[in-house]
Amino acid sequence: MADRHLAPDTPELRARWGQFAFNAAWDARAEEAIARYPEGRQRSAVMALLDYAQRQVGEETQTQGWLPIPVMEYVAKYLDMPVIRVLEVATFYFMYNLVPVGKYHVQVCGTTPCMLRGSDDIMAACKARGMSKGHTTQDGMWTLTEVECMGNCATAPMVQINDDNYEDLTAERIDAVIDALAKGESPKTGTQEPGRHTSEPLGGPTTLKQMVSENHDYQGKW
Amino acid sequence: MLADKDRIFTNLYGYQPWNLAAARVRGDWDNTKALLDKGRDTIIEEIKASGLRGRGGAGFPTGLKWSFMPKESPTGPGGKPRPSFLVINADESEPGSCKDREIIRHDPHKLIEGALVAGFAMGARAAYIYIRGEYIREGETLFAAVAEAYDAGLIGRNACGSGYDFDVFVHRGAGAYICGEETAMIESLEGKKGQPRLKPPFPAGAGLYGCPTTVNNVESIAVAPTILRRGAGWFTSFGRENNHGTKLFQISGHVNTPCVVEEAMSIPFRELIEKHAGGIRGGWDNLLAVIPGGSSVPLVPGHMCPEMPMDFDGCKEQGSGLGTAAVIVMDKSTDIVRAIARLSYFYKHESCGQCTPCREGTGWMWRVMERLRSGDAALEEIDMLQQVTKQVEGHTICALGDAAAWPIQGLIRHFRPELERRIAEHSGAMQEAAE
Repeated sequence: MADRHLAPDTPELRARWGQFAFNAAWDARAEEAIARYPEGRQRSAVMALLDYAQRQVGEETQTQGWLPIPVMEYVAKYLDMPVIRVLEVATFYFMYNLVPVGKYHVQVCGTTPCMLRGSDDIMAACKARGMSKGHTTQDGMWTLTEVECMGNCATAPMVQINDDNYEDLTAERIDAVIDALAKGESPKTGTQEPGRHTSEPLGGPTTLKQMVSENHDYQGKW
Repeated sequence: MLADKDRIFTNLYGYQPWNLAAARVRGDWDNTKALLDKGRDTIIEEIKASGLRGRGGAGFPTGLKWSFMPKESPTGPGGKPRPSFLVINADESEPGSCKDREIIRHDPHKLIEGALVAGFAMGARAAYIYIRGEYIREGETLFAAVAEAYDAGLIGRNACGSGYDFDVFVHRGAGAYICGEETAMIESLEGKKGQPRLKPPFPAGAGLYGCPTTVNNVESIAVAPTILRRGAGWFTSFGRENNHGTKLFQISGHVNTPCVVEEAMSIPFRELIEKHAGGIRGGWDNLLAVIPGGSSVPLVPGHMCPEMPMDFDGCKEQGSGLGTAAVIVMDKSTDIVRAIARLSYFYKHESCGQCTPCREGTGWMWRVMERLRSGDAALEEIDMLQQVTKQVEGHTICALGDAAAWPIQGLIRHFRPELERRIAEHSGAMQEAAE
């Protein structure tokens, strides 16, 4: 189990977030999420609502977002469930940030498949830019976390920054991505390897070559 | 080598769009009504005959699993009939595994069509696709693909004009490996912490919301329509007895060109690597060890690998397992103890904390592994570690405890001299320093 701690419940926190409510856009999404589950099973939507709440907090603070206690209480009320059950969920799943994070949450995958392909260099490159694991930089731009396998193993090493993946990284390539983000640009997502499309072997696919140029239907040969 | 015409996931690399129009050109949703018209029992019999074994790691026969679902809706309290559910496990988090992601972002309609066919066969009212939270863009694609299928009348009321009502919902996770365990996934779907349930009752009796439920891997579901179209005989023409079909292999680590590729089951390891992954980095003599099925299975030393048939039985014969067919290759530059210690850290991080042997054991094992990495340990501790893995294994509600134990057992079985060497080297250095 990983240690997870809530931000302290202070009067300042209450003053800032006590009046939290979904705006119209997220409220519509929340209703849509609840409708996916049978009547009376609205609690199933707690994961979606916590995600939406975190994203709205992110919009309001210009960060990836996090979950202050009053916001969790709001979600509990929204779904008519005890606050402790919401708290349990928020602390159990790692994608819910329990403390404030930066504008960009740099999540470096460090599990074995990425490690074998050089995730140490990626972590070192992030640290060389002044980031440190588990902390946010002074300017509020970058939070660095080492995360567990993100399922991009055939294009390792990889980093997820907010909602996007950057794969096939080297120290230079992650530097370029972070430079671009710092300038407010949107760097290319996915693999950073020139000439690679997705998870095919570098140098071109060994199979299904016809699919590269046209949407081929193989049924005629069945 | 498997011919392209026999590959199921023809848009695996996403060169073509994932959308419904493009998927239809590739043959998806082609007269799905005719598949459903075969009837529930025929579909299940066909899947059984195809020899399809679950692609999520355990390899349980898929058709058999479907047949466990009740034929008639059981009644709940008050005599109301209870619906059945299909839950599709897209919580792909096993280190090394990256196949479900490719299916979802490049061929989502294969999965949705499979959901309808499988759901119909087991008499389910709806399918929930549980996609891992970190697959953010993939989740967006899946939501959009489901919406397309609804708009085209392929799912929902009178799905595909079959007269059968079937819903497909997408549920996003939020980052917990354990939710890939079927009962933890059900708990999570109910809006709780993902802590596995005791079995029995099995999900087929009482699963999601207490209703009959089957949990299947994405790949198992996505291949079903093609098997039904081409017949069980086609599927069994690939792979050895008891290991039939095609499979998505995910090759990572020290190969020249890591990739995801669909191949016939039972393909020898050497052929798989040579044909698709460009060979081992530095040549075959440079191969140290392979983890053939994702982090949960024991490693296989390099010299035992080349002829190993990549299927359930072939990997088992070498003391390992096919798992999800996530092949992690390690060459001789690898610090093998660190590679396994990092997996121990992973399991420590992902233990849900419910069972004491796992909650305490994973942390304990990781700490010892870290000391073995630097050699800062006593020789007896190797055996002690082995004993502790045995005390965790089989003593927990779910298989995470086993999964944490096996990689360490594999390391001790095959690399004990390396562990001993590090301890001797470290204590030698300590002695020198003392003199």
